[in-house]
Amino acid sequence: MASDKKYWQSVEELKGSSIVETLRNNEFVQDIPTDEFLGDKETLETSSTSRRDFLKYVGFTTAAASLAACEGPVRKSIPYVVQPNDIVVGVADWYATTIADGFDFANVLVKTREGRPIQIMPNKEAGGVTNARTQASVLSLYDGKLRLREPRKGETEISWADADKEIVAKLNELKNANEPVVLLTGTLASPSTDKVIADFIAAYPNVKHVVYDAISESATADAFEAMYGKRALPDYDFSKAGVIASIGADFLGDWQGGYEKSYADGRRVATGKMSYHVQIESNMSLTGASADKRIVAKPSEQIFALINLYNAVTGSSLPSKATVFDAEVKQLANDLKKAGSKGVVVTGLNDKNAQLIALAINKALNSQVIDTQAVNLTRQGNDTEVAQLVADIKAGKVKGLVTYNVNPVYSLANAADFAEGIKNLKLSVALSTQNDATANATQYTLPAPHNLESWGDVMAKEGVYSLMQPTIQPLFNTRQLQDVLLKWTGSTVNYYDTLKEFWSTNVLGGASWNQALHDGFFKATTIAEATTFESTVDVNAAAVGLVRSANSASGFELNLYSSTALGDGKQANNPWLQELPDPLTRASWDNYLTMSMADAKELGFENPVKDNGAINGNYANVTVNGVTINKIPVIIQPGQAKGSIGLALGYGRTQGLKPEMQVGINAYPFYQNGNNVQFNVSIEKASGWHKFACMQVQSTLAGRHDILKEASLKEVNDKSLDPKHTWNKPFMVSYDHQEVEGSKIDLWDEHDRSLGHHFNLSIDLTSCTGCGACVIACHAENNVPVVGKDEMRVGRDMAWLRIDRYYSSTVVDKQHEATMTLEEFKAQNPNLANQEVERRYTEKVLELSKGDLFDALENPAENPQVAFQPMMCQHCNHAPCETVCPVAATSHGRQGQNQMAYNRCVGTRYCANNCPYRVRRFNWFNYAENNEFDFNMNNEYGKMVLNPDVVVRSRGVMEKCSMCIQMTQATILKAKKEGRAVNKDEFETACSSACSTGAMVFGDINNSEDTVTALKEDKRAFHVLDYIGTKPNVVYQVKVRNTNEA
Amino acid sequence: MKSVNHHSRLTKTLVRSLAFFLVFLVSFSAFSQDVDEARQKEGKKLFKSLCASCHKLDKKLVGPALAGIEDKRTNEWLKAWIKDNAALRASGDKDAIAIFEEYNGSSMNAFPQLTDQNVDDILYYTTVGELKKAPAAGAEVAGQPQGDQAPQWLIYILAAAIVVAFLIIGSLLKTISELKGAPKTPGLMGQTAELWEGIKRNTFLKVLTVIFGALVAAYFLFGTLFKVGVDTGYQPIQPIAFSHKIHAGDNKIDCQYCHSSAKHSKTSGIPSVNVCMNCHKNISEVADDTKVVMDDHTLVKADLDKEIAKIYEAAGWDPDKLEYTGNTKPIKWVRVHNLPDFAYFNHSQHVTVGGVACQKCHGPVEEMEEVYQHSPLTMGWCIDCHKDTKVDLKGNEYYAKIHEDLAKKYGVEQVTIAQLGGKECGKCHY
Repeated sequence: MASDKKYWQSVEELKGSSIVETLRNNEFVQDIPTDEFLGDKETLETSSTSRRDFLKYVGFTTAAASLAACEGPVRKSIPYVVQPNDIVVGVADWYATTIADGFDFANVLVKTREGRPIQIMPNKEAGGVTNARTQASVLSLYDGKLRLREPRKGETEISWADADKEIVAKLNELKNANEPVVLLTGTLASPSTDKVIADFIAAYPNVKHVVYDAISESATADAFEAMYGKRALPDYDFSKAGVIASIGADFLGDWQGGYEKSYADGRRVATGKMSYHVQIESNMSLTGASADKRIVAKPSEQIFALINLYNAVTGSSLPSKATVFDAEVKQLANDLKKAGSKGVVVTGLNDKNAQLIALAINKALNSQVIDTQAVNLTRQGNDTEVAQLVADIKAGKVKGLVTYNVNPVYSLANAADFAEGIKNLKLSVALSTQNDATANATQYTLPAPHNLESWGDVMAKEGVYSLMQPTIQPLFNTRQLQDVLLKWTGSTVNYYDTLKEFWSTNVLGGASWNQALHDGFFKATTIAEATTFESTVDVNAAAVGLVRSANSASGFELNLYSSTALGDGKQANNPWLQELPDPLTRASWDNYLTMSMADAKELGFENPVKDNGAINGNYANVTVNGVTINKIPVIIQPGQAKGSIGLALGYGRTQGLKPEMQVGINAYPFYQNGNNVQFNVSIEKASGWHKFACMQVQSTLAGRHDILKEASLKEVNDKSLDPKHTWNKPFMVSYDHQEVEGSKIDLWDEHDRSLGHHFNLSIDLTSCTGCGACVIACHAENNVPVVGKDEMRVGRDMAWLRIDRYYSSTVVDKQHEATMTLEEFKAQNPNLANQEVERRYTEKVLELSKGDLFDALENPAENPQVAFQPMMCQHCNHAPCETVCPVAATSHGRQGQNQMAYNRCVGTRYCANNCPYRVRRFNWFNYAENNEFDFNMNNEYGKMVLNPDVVVRSRGVMEKCSMCIQMTQATILKAKKEGRAVNKDEFETACSSACSTGAMVFGDINNSEDTVTALKEDKRAFHVLDYIGTKPNVVYQVKVRNTNEA
Repeated sequence: MKSVNHHSRLTKTLVRSLAFFLVFLVSFSAFSQDVDEARQKEGKKLFKSLCASCHKLDKKLVGPALAGIEDKRTNEWLKAWIKDNAALRASGDKDAIAIFEEYNGSSMNAFPQLTDQNVDDILYYTTVGELKKAPAAGAEVAGQPQGDQAPQWLIYILAAAIVVAFLIIGSLLKTISELKGAPKTPGLMGQTAELWEGIKRNTFLKVLTVIFGALVAAYFLFGTLFKVGVDTGYQPIQPIAFSHKIHAGDNKIDCQYCHSSAKHSKTSGIPSVNVCMNCHKNISEVADDTKVVMDDHTLVKADLDKEIAKIYEAAGWDPDKLEYTGNTKPIKWVRVHNLPDFAYFNHSQHVTVGGVACQKCHGPVEEMEEVYQHSPLTMGWCIDCHKDTKVDLKGNEYYAKIHEDLAKKYGVEQVTIAQLGGKECGKCHY
């Protein structure tokens, strides 16, 4: 029986007419050269095609095209030959594993569909926290462009067997000649790998293992070693903290791996207690944005502040210098002393002396927040050894080099020396997942698997073991580091067996391996006993050293940082991360120099807003210690310390990256000696304009205080205050000559929402740190397309969930001498909401008109307060979008979700126009299968990350947050199949499950047990723009700051 | 897909039964054979239930082929072997040990429960084999493929001839009655012409006709356009001539034995090849008289055995050596039921929770040799069912409260799916 049945539609087709064939094969014909033809009068007149012929052609082609369009594709269904037992096609499997790429470490749960990982979520049972990069790493797995596929020798492909043979021969040659070889890796934090490496070194005694972190915490480890005798980082539990003093430590960002979860745990408003957090910093960081009090200080001033703080806490008098904020530091010292063991000081200065002083303060406070026993092992890099290695390679002392998943040719400050040096090595091997600059500079390039394809174990914190297991068959011809080393050692055992053996002898202590693998982690019951270590640290000498370096500061001071999106730059080819807007500047696809407003004015830098709504920026040429980088775009950052500038690392990679991803400036050449602070920086304005792609250009609430509400802890805790009349006052209107809440007046009849489920999402603005994990989780769950920099720039981003950032600052107008302070005005009007007080104060006391007020607000002060507000479709019960849709494509479900039927949408965009929250997104183009948008949806590997339960939208339709209706439906179906009611807090959305700080809580308000039910009625609950009467199903909790008032 | 050859099943069936009838008339009744049918039947029954998983008559399977075994061994030896071959071997019987070694030491089950009569019946069956069926309808039809595949033009010509005959008869009758003196009528053509003249003269009628014409045209145009993308009857040719009739119909294999994920997942699942091999490891050929009509071809045993061989090729099974080679080749089935990507459908919701029978949407699959799309799979079709179907929620704790509340709200005893929210856009479109 023949299987190539031929279907036909038209007579022309049967006859074998070429035009039908052409139509079918060439759906997108080339542009018709109309200008060429119509522009030339002569050819037009001599043309033999008459009008009638033309009409005939039109008629026939239209008919042929419409007939061709009727033909549906024949779709194949290809089942497994032998279906694995644990796979049911169409049902997701979850695996507990660990992500550890040397910079980000996290216990995660991986969702797989038909053997493909499609999403990463935190393993909350294991205390896992995922940031945006960990969430996005599932897409880096499918990076068909950057990932290495086959072993290579130089440019030519080579088999693993041959590579092994040749490399082992060379290793033996070097061993016999006793010439040093270095194994250069990032932080592995893997106990079993340490053993494999030890065995490797035992077999090749000439090998030395050097750990290199692109973004270094080496000084902290050195300081900790000097103080406690062990080279590691202290661990912190900020949930125990009463007072947190952070001097330049972005611990809600990437400082030592990030501590947002324990920080948020220590700031639960419902308990009535919040830690008091003071941040002294130069760049505006995520941590500074969340701080209760933010003191702007450039790095050299931070050094003095640290020593002054030490002096004030301990009562000693180390050499220092006065700063303008000494009074505030003194106050902070008092607060710390009062908090005693609940106080903690952290500093982000990657300077051994600074770290020593911070440790000394914590020791003096006898801080319980810092854990010096169960230490943090996620940054083990040693700058001294790395510097020595580079010098040795340059001098020809080291003869062989094996690198694993590090890219020193890109990320070393003196990368040129390194790159030059490895050319002369007898053996250079790069074992790497990525075809990066280092992989292209070595003799042998060996492909390594992604974390999601590997076995492994991780000990990020002493005593807590995590397991890594493969969640997909290796995509390429890869072999992981441990197996490579075992092979080269001559072992016949594979790494999986080694790992299992290692765990059963050293870790599990009789516990079940299968259980540990299922859980993804194992907590050792016995922790090594505390060893007493006599510290011989001389704090005085440390202070002297610090002051000397701070005094040498002149010119601008540069504070390098890792951006929320790219971190150290390992995932620079990940379109989700490139498109993730920076939480503070809201710029995507870029890094830039952040500069204070005062400096910008002085040096003539500007950020003009163009008529398409986007902003531009000037370029600057920056020189640091003789290294100059030209044409760095400048963005003016409110809250940046005057005299300091910031620049993100991790950008500007080119090798192996798609052209679209080759954005930004490589700042690593400035990162000398692994120090994130560089003094003596000179800036020079360069010509040209840089085009930024910012998501939200306006910086303030512009007076619309109903969008975001803030209160102080004192107000919230004050039981005598009725929030409805003070700090959480709803918008009041006059109705029937009575003052009533604006949201009570309605055009529509109320729906009956008491039956079945009614979903609500609560977002606590106090706990939201703006980390962006939810944004990436939403991208992964809902197949949200990436649109690229140009489209971002014109405001055509497709993000269903964005995190709006608002600055706020007290308005001071020097033209009008205030007759009374804001506090006095507040005292006179005790019954007004905070925002209302500010508004009336501005109008009545400062006598600013509305226009002036707008200007004043548009011009944020030196040190504004920051609040983040995740914003997605509010799923209004009385939705303005639904009433204007001419085709009823968007409608309301009984469960509270505002539903969007894409196939019904005709693209009028009325709904987006009528949405007061600006959360609807229009598909201007086909973003999938389109070479113009060559991101993950345009190649076979990237498409593997798509969620098969959610449709990929096509051109011309509107889309928006669905409140993860596919997830709520799946939860309901699961309950139905098991014949039970839905459990407490069983409903989840992608954003709420990705949220590590617990800011987002999702659930069914018709289930009295769900957490969200109480949150909806909480005294802090409010709806954004409630007076419009939209009755949203997303409820926000007033942001609370601890103003440290009694 | 729109160009699918919509087999007109009715015509085909008519033609087939006509051919069958004709052949039946001319064929002789079955010629008889000198066989004790009762014993053969009894023996066959026992053989199928006890022996067939390892033995075949004419072919080596796990054990040797058994046809004519009585010629090779004595009856006593066979009885001893069948009842307890291990004991026979233990007694030192050389033949028994030789066979055991020939089959690599895989020992046969002992059957002490069989009586001597039983064993004799089985052996009788191995000797006489299958009863030869009368070479009746099936064989001959198979031998005359043109009978089955009667060209369609023939049918049309026949139909046209009948119509013409009727017209001629009608006209003759009319002429006869006119000759007999009945008043002369203008005839069909004349009447139409008169009507046309009338319409041409009357403006109102003209307008009315135009409007009527336009409406009719619009009706048909819409009807046609609405059928675009509706593939009821879509019956693609599959890479393997798999007959659902044989499997689900004749052999009564439960749908969910093969489509096992229907109760767990959104997809019903095309069975993986290892599921086929569960049975086909032992069934390498069809019964002699099996025939399958597919796509106007009649497939007989020789063809169908080749189709089974395709499974072996896919699974990497060597039917001679009876082992897997590891050289697999996935089968590329053609998907019959295609929903657009923007519509979400979940089988488990309907099968497990709703208890809907597969046939409700897929039609009488157990009668289909070649599967075709039975239902239109349009949104209207889904919604109609959701509107009409009352939900039986007894025993499902999930529905307990909501059903009580909804029943009270709508004042009904049993709510429909639509009342439960099964008509909301977002339930299927996301």
